[in-house]
Amino acid sequence: MRLLQKNIVPIVFIVLCTIGFHYSGLSWMFFANDLMTRLARNSFLVISLIIPVLAGMGLNFGIVLGAMAGQFAAFITVVYNLTGITGFFLACVLSIPFAVLFGWLTGILFNKAKGKEMITGLILGFFANGLYQLVCLIFIGWIIPISNKALLLPSGIGFVNTLDLKIWQYAIDKFYVFKLKGITTPLLKYLNNINFPVLTLIIVALLCTAVYLLFRTKLGQDFRAVGQNRHIAEVAGIKVDRVRIIAVIFSTVLAAWGQLIFLQNIGNVQVYGSHVQVGTFAVAALLIGGASVSKATIGQALLGTVLFHALFIVSPLAGKNIMGSAQVGEYFRVFVAYGVIGIALALHAWQRLTKKE
Amino acid sequence: MTGAARLEMKNISKQYYGNRVLKGLSFSVNKGEVLSLVGENGAGKSTLMNILFGMPVIHSTGGFDGEIFLDGEKANIKSPEEAMKLGIGMVHQEFMLLPGFTITENIKLNREITKDSLLSKIFGKPMKWLDLPAMKADARQSMDTIGLGIDEMLPVRGLPVGHMQFVEIARELDKKNIRLLVLDEPTAVLTESDADKLLEAMKILTGKGISILFISHRLDEVMAASDKIVVLRDGEQIAETRPSETTIDRIAELMVGRKIESGEMVGRPPSELKDDYILEIRDLSVAMPGERVKGVNLDVKRGEILGIGGLAGQGKIGIANGIMGLFPSDGDVKKNGKTIKLNAARASLDNAMAFVSEDRRGTGLLLDDSIEFNIVATAIQVQGKFLTPGKVRILDSQAMTGLATNMIQELDIRCTGPGQLTRRLSGGNQQKVCIARAIILEPNLLFVSEPTRGIDIGAKKLILDHLVKLNRDNGLTIVMTSSELAELRSICDRIAIVYQGKLEGILLPTDSDRDFGLMMAGEYHKFHGKEAV
Amino acid sequence: MDNDFLNKLGIPRLIISLFLAFLVAAAFSFGLPMGQIFSAMLTRFGMNSLLVLAMIPTIQAGAGPNFGLPFGIICGLIGATLAIELDLRGFTAFFFAIGVSIPLGAIAGWLYGLLLNRVKGQEMTVGTYMGFSIVSVMCIFWLMAPYKSPEMVWPYGGDGLRVTVVLDGRMEQLLDRFLSFTVNGVTIPTGLLLATALCCVLLWIFMRTRTGLAMSVVGSNPRFAEASGLNVNKYRLLASVVSCAMGAAGIVIYSQSYGFIQLYQAPLYMALYSVSAILIGGASLQRATITQALIGTFLFNALLVIALPVANVAMDSDISEIMRVIISNGIILYALTRKEVGGDAR
Repeated sequence: MRLLQKNIVPIVFIVLCTIGFHYSGLSWMFFANDLMTRLARNSFLVISLIIPVLAGMGLNFGIVLGAMAGQFAAFITVVYNLTGITGFFLACVLSIPFAVLFGWLTGILFNKAKGKEMITGLILGFFANGLYQLVCLIFIGWIIPISNKALLLPSGIGFVNTLDLKIWQYAIDKFYVFKLKGITTPLLKYLNNINFPVLTLIIVALLCTAVYLLFRTKLGQDFRAVGQNRHIAEVAGIKVDRVRIIAVIFSTVLAAWGQLIFLQNIGNVQVYGSHVQVGTFAVAALLIGGASVSKATIGQALLGTVLFHALFIVSPLAGKNIMGSAQVGEYFRVFVAYGVIGIALALHAWQRLTKKE
Repeated sequence: MTGAARLEMKNISKQYYGNRVLKGLSFSVNKGEVLSLVGENGAGKSTLMNILFGMPVIHSTGGFDGEIFLDGEKANIKSPEEAMKLGIGMVHQEFMLLPGFTITENIKLNREITKDSLLSKIFGKPMKWLDLPAMKADARQSMDTIGLGIDEMLPVRGLPVGHMQFVEIARELDKKNIRLLVLDEPTAVLTESDADKLLEAMKILTGKGISILFISHRLDEVMAASDKIVVLRDGEQIAETRPSETTIDRIAELMVGRKIESGEMVGRPPSELKDDYILEIRDLSVAMPGERVKGVNLDVKRGEILGIGGLAGQGKIGIANGIMGLFPSDGDVKKNGKTIKLNAARASLDNAMAFVSEDRRGTGLLLDDSIEFNIVATAIQVQGKFLTPGKVRILDSQAMTGLATNMIQELDIRCTGPGQLTRRLSGGNQQKVCIARAIILEPNLLFVSEPTRGIDIGAKKLILDHLVKLNRDNGLTIVMTSSELAELRSICDRIAIVYQGKLEGILLPTDSDRDFGLMMAGEYHKFHGKEAV
Repeated sequence: MDNDFLNKLGIPRLIISLFLAFLVAAAFSFGLPMGQIFSAMLTRFGMNSLLVLAMIPTIQAGAGPNFGLPFGIICGLIGATLAIELDLRGFTAFFFAIGVSIPLGAIAGWLYGLLLNRVKGQEMTVGTYMGFSIVSVMCIFWLMAPYKSPEMVWPYGGDGLRVTVVLDGRMEQLLDRFLSFTVNGVTIPTGLLLATALCCVLLWIFMRTRTGLAMSVVGSNPRFAEASGLNVNKYRLLASVVSCAMGAAGIVIYSQSYGFIQLYQAPLYMALYSVSAILIGGASLQRATITQALIGTFLFNALLVIALPVANVAMDSDISEIMRVIISNGIILYALTRKEVGGDAR
């Protein structure tokens, strides 16, 4: 019973996904394949949220800035035509300076708004999006010269809406294995038909291990100490502000890489759109996995990614079959993302208030 | 071996903004000795500890005078980190433990034992692995030293208070260079049996050569545990003595004794006040954090000034807060024979009682509103005053400003005008605004808590004089709660002393220092009881 | 003295005013049609002001700017769409819409207020996401609701209501045109400005009644309010009710002036724009006045109105939307990182 209560959020969503799947009429194979792709391309972004949660800064809506850093790096590879797996990894490297800078600035801002990090991160995301548009829409081609005119709007100023990333699409996703011949065991045969992007999954697994191991180091211990009580950590001589900034920088860099993995799967960048909902969707996924504002684990991040995207896959069709309109399903999943965050935040605030009294 | 003392404080003085809070203290503790510091609240104990720890609050206010020697070496302590490096440890009154960490992690907080990792060669310390087995072993050792037999990997959350205290001590002990340990009221939150264990643990520590500075209000513990006792009062070192050379009542007397000329006491003898009670309190309990009241019985005579005194944390503050409905309370309170509904601020206000809170900035004022609005705000809500006549009644600014101008004159509030924000006023003037707000409610019973806390001497006198004037001229009954015994004795007719949430007894301002001291330390009945036998 | 003046004006307000002055000067030198620009400024000011004024009750009651304004806005949209569904025109349509919106908004505000009282200290974050959620729930509503009016449903085969509903001939610019006149090429939207003035007066009176004063005491210091016998939660709830009701009426005024009802995702960021307007006016997250709301609304909207044509001439690109995003969110960030004054003593 306690177990049920503790995991009520994921359980509700498992039920919701099951019902949705039933009504969507999708085949298992399609569903599993789609889910696997989405898990591989989205989980990195969700995992990037864990460190700030444990460092007591709540859900870092500021990872939108990380996504922007990733996109800036992607633009550079497109402009200089760096292709293939080299191009992709170069993009990852190039994103680091951007992400560190953005993360550092975010961290400073968060330190000035202690206790209000989440709303600050959210508004910061919007604000940064304004600056991002200023750069991509006004500065590009005007202040920052771009030789390849095909990337620019007809006026010669600003990037076009969609930049093609064919140069390194599937750079890491294309390493499928498991296409063995002559397997007859039913279950294995079934699994054999799913496209496992092995390299991507390995990278995600490595990341999970790295985050896990990080919390076995001195720095990880400092994150956790600061997360529990800033004052006590300060008295014990931990440089609280510095630790918090480092936590945000980690999160931002991971988000930048996460966005690049996402883009290499999609194969293009919506210059003015790809990053906008990154924060909201990642946060919603983490919460659906059963995390809270102050506690999150890697398992919850992965489970949440699976459930959130399962809902994403089934809801348009389920909406169409139940309500007679695919639009309803679309709006429903948007509502789920916002609603889950809203409810989780409300519950957290409520609990904190009752604890105080 | 007659080496230098472990800690020697020489001629320590400190002033805050021209206000001398420590006046030339000198004492020393030898290796393995326990020195107890006793004194009322505000006697200077915490300032002294702040100096010893190099707290920023000391250095940001101009430092201090005097010298500190540790084992004969002059110590120049500029920050808590330096104090720690010098081997000074502190067990705080409120626990400095992270609830989500295990005991081991807490003991080793920011002093974790680490091993090299691949990345630490590049990025340094932050990337080193934690060496958990080694940390566990260390924690175990410190815990065993003080006889804390529980599992070192238990989370701190959920531990009994007594154990948390021991974990704190174990943490200080784990600092290998520890020479001097400060225990700041460690037994205040403990049950008697836990407190006994703590005293035993202190013996173990001193046996290992660690010196202890012990701060406590429980005088029997002080007598039992110390080698030396230093009594502080008003920042002065009143006495340095040994348990064998003194008695509890002597210490109590030293703690509170203050020269008040009988001419300064304006209280009237009991014969002048009739046994006509305006307020009867029966079995009042108030759940005010840190100031719990646990069943107080007290009667207030019509027309008197009744003082409520006692040490901090004993519950004196809770009484007025409970009656005025600010904290959950239980019991029976009758005003003029009529029962007052508890837990309802409005009911108390409607019954012609008013309250000047001890928490001036937190409860007493709207800091970002004008003086005039502060004065009338409660009257508007409770009594519907200062509103224009008519169907839609809105704020009558003229009436408000007029009244505020009068009040500013009457109470001599120093300000630029009735429109000034109260945030910009000095403490004394803020207090006058609070009093004005209470008075215009036209109460016949006024509760005033800590009216002079944080206020300069001149304003103090003005406020106290005004309270007496209100009492004598308007017949206003006043119940004044204060930590400053001297001010209670100077204006009250009777003084009730609260100890451990209960009424310990009622004294007259003219009673002896010794009786006040004993009562505040909860030893009065024990003592007088003994004498009787 | 100089410093004091700067503090009073506030650095952001100073920067924005200077920027506005610069843009006006630029517009003059480019020979842009100033009459039209000033008319547009007045109209935008009038159509947004009630939505910004709606921030005052919750700020004063200590619940911060009302990020949950969409709760009120959707009620206003329901009122406006119902007026069309019933085929009402002119002032009948307008007053019907207002009459339906206000009670609905009050109910929504009451529910939202119950939530706010349980999440004290986190009103902004929770309010934002609850506002987003309700907007997406209403997206489903607009799709499914059994509206029949051909002016509102998709002409062929689509589901539910259109994204924008044209108010042409219903109540388009009803207030704007009422008693309107033109001076020196500047059209004065008299009715709209009068309506704004009326709202200000009503709000001013309300905030000075015993109830309104209680609300402001509660926000200024909840402990003080309790000690004065006030029920803190009750007044916070009331503030939310008033604010959402104002938001509901505000969107009706906004829509009639704009000439369209915008459904679906349109209300998503409206709360943010109202919050930033009042902050630009010099309000803080704890204290706000009617003057600040009006100044902020004017500065913010005037800037947006003039930026568009000036940028078009100067650099041939649309920078006004970008500017809106940067300025509005920038000012909120500024307010969030300012040292908190006052606040809850607990």
